[in-house]
Amino acid sequence: MQASSHILIRSLDRGAAIFLVAVGAIAIVVPLLNFAVPNSWFIHVSTYLVTLLGKYACYAILALSIDLIWGYCGILSLGHGAFFALGGYAMGMYLMRQIGTRGVYANPILPDFMVFLNWKELPVYWYGFQHFPYAALMVVAVPGVLAFVFGWFAFRSRVSGVYLSIITQALTYALMLGFFRNNFGFGGNNGLTDFKDILGFDVRSEATRDALFVVSCLALMLGFLICRAIVGSKLGKVLIAIRDAEARTRFLGYRVESYKLFVFTLSACMAGIAGALYVPQVGIINPSEFAPGNSIEAVIWVAVGGRGTLAGAALGAVLVNYAKTYFTSGMLAPYWLFMLGGLFIGVTLFLPRGIVGTLHHWTAAKLDKASAAAEDGVVEKLPAAAE
Amino acid sequence: MKPATGTLLYLDGVTVSFDGFRALNNLSLLIEPGEMRAIIGPNGAGKTTMMDVVTGKTRPESGDVMFDNAHDLTRLDETEIAELGIGRKFQKPTVFDSHTVFDNLDLALKCDRRARAALWHRQTADERRRIDEILQLVRLSPVRDRLAGSLSHGQKQWLEIGMLLAQDPKLLLIDEPAAGMTDAETRQTAELLKEIQREHTVVVVEHDMSFVRDLNVKVTCLHEGAVLAEGSIDQVSANERVVEVYLGR
Repeated sequence: MQASSHILIRSLDRGAAIFLVAVGAIAIVVPLLNFAVPNSWFIHVSTYLVTLLGKYACYAILALSIDLIWGYCGILSLGHGAFFALGGYAMGMYLMRQIGTRGVYANPILPDFMVFLNWKELPVYWYGFQHFPYAALMVVAVPGVLAFVFGWFAFRSRVSGVYLSIITQALTYALMLGFFRNNFGFGGNNGLTDFKDILGFDVRSEATRDALFVVSCLALMLGFLICRAIVGSKLGKVLIAIRDAEARTRFLGYRVESYKLFVFTLSACMAGIAGALYVPQVGIINPSEFAPGNSIEAVIWVAVGGRGTLAGAALGAVLVNYAKTYFTSGMLAPYWLFMLGGLFIGVTLFLPRGIVGTLHHWTAAKLDKASAAAEDGVVEKLPAAAE
Repeated sequence: MKPATGTLLYLDGVTVSFDGFRALNNLSLLIEPGEMRAIIGPNGAGKTTMMDVVTGKTRPESGDVMFDNAHDLTRLDETEIAELGIGRKFQKPTVFDSHTVFDNLDLALKCDRRARAALWHRQTADERRRIDEILQLVRLSPVRDRLAGSLSHGQKQWLEIGMLLAQDPKLLLIDEPAAGMTDAETRQTAELLKEIQREHTVVVVEHDMSFVRDLNVKVTCLHEGAVLAEGSIDQVSANERVVEVYLGR
């Protein structure tokens, strides 16, 4: 048992290495196959596919952020899409300010929708978004501050379990209603779209799409490494302790709410970055990103891949979204939500550990058996050797 | 009434009620430093509620709870009370199931409990040695790398006691350590507690009379949220009212 648990740790590290190498390889190969291989060749990857995979990478980062709080600390947020969307809006605001006079109304300062609404001045909260570093800071800061304030109240008053899940749903729903309003100043129903440049490069060009894809993959790898470092630290052990027996952790003298607040805020920042990378690739951000259903879907990705495994969460995001792309583009489109619901029920009933969680479990069981057999063998052979 | 100097834990006139039911009724209790006290009493006597009050889980309606003559426990929360040096073992063994036995003790080990400290913490040889000592003491060395969830009930009870020791509190509150144990395990647990008492003040709540007899310490019998009798186990079990309460006459 002792030997096997060490091997388990090593195999987990191997799993992490496999994950990083795989994502790194995809980040190199896919753009190469896009721009270095002629269109006529069979192995050519279309720009459409690069963008699609880039979207998946962003979803994978969102899944990682959910796994960090749900899989390791037991905080089931059903409103993480809100942080994703806020990061996306911050990026969208930067992209809107880059349009300048190329908009329909050719106003150098005001985005089109403001001109359309007869606004004369740029609202104060839009100031500074023409500068990329400021926008990049807001991508992390806005979700982070919201999560910190929300978490400060929720965790201090010991809201947990299903109640916390419900108020996170309410949070994202309230934000959705707010962003739908025209006078909120974020383009209302239509959101922000019709982007032209990012850092001086055309967002719709092939090269920019490839670059955004590579950056998304790098962000995924970095996010994965940060999450791994956290769950491997003593703080990570405390998080698992909180998940398993919160009251016990409190009686040991740990201030549970500060641990939850730290990890929740960090997770929201990660989700914000995912949203920010997502928006230039899909070319639009609108209030439907706040829809409670989106957040629930993201939780399903994590459940399918295996919560508390990090790599599994990322894998789950890619697999479920691939299935979504595949099924919603054909005859089966009207039935996608039924399939998604069925998938969630199926995973809960038959694969409660998720895909990667089940693989880990099998490997551990096999190793246990192997080491038990090896021990038996040693015990039997020893007397023989003595003869 | 001022707490007498030299008292580690002081409860005076503590009352707690749940929906009109008085779980503690004007309870007063003194624990001296270095003492081991057994608290007995029938179901619903208020034993666990008393522990809840001391550890900050329940706030009393009235009465004083003082620790070490200086700290008013009714104003502090669980974490602050734990930091003062009061450790608690629950009635139902509560350990971290998906951590190894070793990691359970590591988490309990006295150290900086703040999140930032935990993030950058590196395990030291000193800490490992301390954990190994505790593993020896609670007889769990052979299973140090097993997940706590896979331990037997008795082993979990000991692990939890080990976690209390790792915390190195001034006062240990132990709720029914022998519940669900075999006779042999119960006897070993009594020995373990006696070893612990050499360096700590211990309050044990227990149902099992033979276990209390093994401990051979001063006994307080609670009934309906107040002290019914106090003294040696022989005195208490000879008390007519105690007999009455236990036999339900």
